[in-house]
Amino acid sequence: MAEFTMPSLGADMDKGTLQEWLVQPGELVRKGDPVAVIETAKSSIEVECFATGRMGELLIEPGTTVPVGTPLALIEPAAEGAGKPEKAEEKPPVRPAPAPVSAPPAAQDRGHVEAGPLVRHLAERTGVDLAAVQGSGHGGRLTRTDVEQAAAATTAAGQARVRATPLARRLAAERGVDLAAVTGTGRDSAIRAADVRKAAPGPTAAGPRHLTVPVRPSHPPEDRTAARRQAIAGLMTRANRDIPHYYLSTTIDMAPAMGWLHEHNRRSPVAERILPAALLLKAAALAAREVPELNGFWTDDHYTAGEGVHLGVAVSLRRGGLVAPALHDADTLELRQLMNGLKDLVARARTGRLRSSEVSDPTITVTNLGDQGVETVFGVIYPPQVALVGFGRIVDRPCAVDGLLGVRPVVTATLSADHRATDGAVGAHYLTAVDHLLHTPEQL
Amino acid sequence: MNRTDALDVVKESIVQVVPDADLAGLGLDDAFRDALEMDSLDFLGFIETLSERTGLRIDDEDTPYLTTLSGSADFLVARTK
Repeated sequence: MAEFTMPSLGADMDKGTLQEWLVQPGELVRKGDPVAVIETAKSSIEVECFATGRMGELLIEPGTTVPVGTPLALIEPAAEGAGKPEKAEEKPPVRPAPAPVSAPPAAQDRGHVEAGPLVRHLAERTGVDLAAVQGSGHGGRLTRTDVEQAAAATTAAGQARVRATPLARRLAAERGVDLAAVTGTGRDSAIRAADVRKAAPGPTAAGPRHLTVPVRPSHPPEDRTAARRQAIAGLMTRANRDIPHYYLSTTIDMAPAMGWLHEHNRRSPVAERILPAALLLKAAALAAREVPELNGFWTDDHYTAGEGVHLGVAVSLRRGGLVAPALHDADTLELRQLMNGLKDLVARARTGRLRSSEVSDPTITVTNLGDQGVETVFGVIYPPQVALVGFGRIVDRPCAVDGLLGVRPVVTATLSADHRATDGAVGAHYLTAVDHLLHTPEQL
Repeated sequence: MNRTDALDVVKESIVQVVPDADLAGLGLDDAFRDALEMDSLDFLGFIETLSERTGLRIDDEDTPYLTTLSGSADFLVARTK
């Protein structure tokens, strides 16, 4: 049985509030189905299921705020029928013994728990997820006391119990990894050091991001705007502290792109019109595919390239603050699709219905401040990403064209990049690629 | 379309795109795009809604007429004559 835990929806989230369940116990869910709405400091997010199975017990009531990693519900494997308990030893625990200090490397199914039927029964009754409980019995076996304590702890603090080796705990503390969000591959799902190292690199497309800031004591946000501000403050402080940024800028002639766009829009019904922003995003995405060194994550002192170009789009929210959800596989979208995706994404960002995969896996982010009237923006990178692309307003400027002075629409494209991951030459390559792409808009 | 109806359609279209827009505090000759902090996507949404509700085709070239409430209403009145 797998547990569905409070996901970390971005590096700036340490707790979340369950707003509502979108599924009922017993319902079949597929990987990627939205199952719950989680409210974070920044917005409400539809959380997608990470596995296919049957919804088991819902452990958390709507309205409850819990730290990242807290089990919210159980997901039973669909193939195994009506949630029969997995293989369990019948013998009661002999006597309490210290929990194992280190776990053998043999990988075991997450969720396999050593516990007797009585203990399982008690766990079911008290709503305790056995996989999240540290066993104090022989060989880490769960005892009745363990479950009772876990039940008490869950009600008292809403805290998730995590089993982990001491080295894993130390590593996690050093690297700011939240153990509750790490999948343990050790014995009884204990988290080993290797799991923490694995959690430190960037997120995968399939699962929630594992990298989080350490859990702070939770206090209810009286003011959504203030909470949002705080979340941004934390993340940006971390970005400026940890990331040695370098900045590049170039001016791009937008005459071909704008000409193509006007022609397209003249021929199209209003609903199919394309904004300059869509062209800029598409160019940014294609260039990211061309320069994969900038499309990924810096974690654990090394760079991991992203799987696909998931373009984070900075969206400013009307009551202040911003979110940068991902347009998935933006490099493969036709302009019309990208435009529709953008409309949909912005609308949902503002009405608070983003999906968990959108907020957790952008591989590179674009900020477009053209609408705000500025010409140049040098942004701060969203950790653990390694680059942020900025576009300003498209303005008419005098330009030398074929030896003559002409007035052309131009845009200033900038790149803020992580100097740990790349050097200026790579960044220059990227901006040059964006420039070239915008000169052949019909190929975007 | 008379001017009162036109003005209503304009206001409704704005509210459709910016649900919490404070139209009471917006003057007829204020540039609403700035006042309501509408970005280019919002503005495109406004044009789309306006187009749907009036059955008019509105081109990029028409947008300079659509900066204020009264300007937009005048535009609709003139176009639907």
